[in-house]
Amino acid sequence: MQQIINFIIRYKNFLLYILLMIISLGFTIQSHSYHQSRFFNSSNWVTGNILRTSNNVTTYFGLDQENQRLMEENERLRYLLFNKSSLDTVALDSVQQTYTVTTGKVIKNSYAHPRNYITINQGEKDSVKPDMGVITSKGILGIVENVSNNFATVQSILNEKSNINAKIKNTDHFGSLVWDMKRFDVVQLVDIPRLVPLTIGDTIVTGGMSSIFPEGIPIGTIRKFDLNSSQSFYSIDVTLFNDMTNIKNVYIVNNRYREEILELQNQTEADDK
Amino acid sequence: MISNYYILNVLRFILLVLVQVLVFNRLNFFGFINPMVYILFLYWYPIKENRAAFIGLGFLLGLAIDFFSDTMAIHTASTITIAYIRPAIMRFVFGVNFEFQSFKLSNTTQVQQITFLTLLILVHHLVFFTLEIFSLANFLLVLKKVLATGAATLILCLLFGSLFSVRKE
Repeated sequence: MQQIINFIIRYKNFLLYILLMIISLGFTIQSHSYHQSRFFNSSNWVTGNILRTSNNVTTYFGLDQENQRLMEENERLRYLLFNKSSLDTVALDSVQQTYTVTTGKVIKNSYAHPRNYITINQGEKDSVKPDMGVITSKGILGIVENVSNNFATVQSILNEKSNINAKIKNTDHFGSLVWDMKRFDVVQLVDIPRLVPLTIGDTIVTGGMSSIFPEGIPIGTIRKFDLNSSQSFYSIDVTLFNDMTNIKNVYIVNNRYREEILELQNQTEADDK
Repeated sequence: MISNYYILNVLRFILLVLVQVLVFNRLNFFGFINPMVYILFLYWYPIKENRAAFIGLGFLLGLAIDFFSDTMAIHTASTITIAYIRPAIMRFVFGVNFEFQSFKLSNTTQVQQITFLTLLILVHHLVFFTLEIFSLANFLLVLKKVLATGAATLILCLLFGSLFSVRKE
């Protein structure tokens, strides 16, 4: 007994170090699974408010640019609106729409890590829930991962865990959008079969397989493509439309039927077993 | 005097965390270099202190940074590592001198101070980027990040060090 106590006293620093190391590795590895740890994210109250305060100051510097961007988007939307032949107000009834959209502002952005998360200033209070899609006027941004009362963290498409259904515009060949952690303006589209005709510069948009994003949200253009090691699928580099380093205003997209779709899919899978 | 000295360390802690998360986490120099100046806290921290308390402080510091940067607990793992091995590094850099009661960081030569800081940064960044990238296949990427970010951190820490030089404690 004496010896055990002596041992503990002698190596107390080492034991403390090992204990703390196990705690931090525990937190790290736990969040390697699908969801981030509930508390280890910047959407909690303290960090969220500090980041928001700092953001309130810094937003003023980019106001001109941001206004310009919103004007351009309005212009494009007006153009679509004026050229739409019939404006049936019944069709605009919110009960009949699949997707609803909320606006939000980025208060923390990151793109230099293998796992990048973006914090936005909308939370549970604004009925934002995990797994909603987040887009900007130019293209997709990511998926909501954690939500607190006033804030939410978004898993950026620049995240090695990110995996989004995407397709080549005007065809129905779809693949998965992933990131190889190398450049913040290039992501990879994999699993496009070899028989698909591709050209550099083709547009990539979101596919209809996902219950998160509406079909046809722009992502980027093909930068280069190669066959993968098995020679049967393409691995495509996609240049993003979004400048991931400079994002202010975002839209949060909610699919009203997501739960119904998921439930149905789960039921089918369960029946298979 | 004693309370003064605690206030100094608490202030240092808060200021370094804020500077790190509000300024240096957003720097993204060349797209990926975010210097980690908060290491200065562990560099400046008094030498003849309780080691367990020092490791505990390192844990808190890392945790604070992790909360802001959505990096899980990677900063924490790296800060407790350098907090734990700091005495070993000091013995290596300063030799037996560091065992004496009268030893002060400000009494050592410039070269020794820079070596000490460099070793702290190197160990910290190695642990950090290894855990962050978490695969041996990308070892070159880890090395590139360690060297580039390490150099930036070192330069900024030296600048900060000369701006707010440690008072003779």
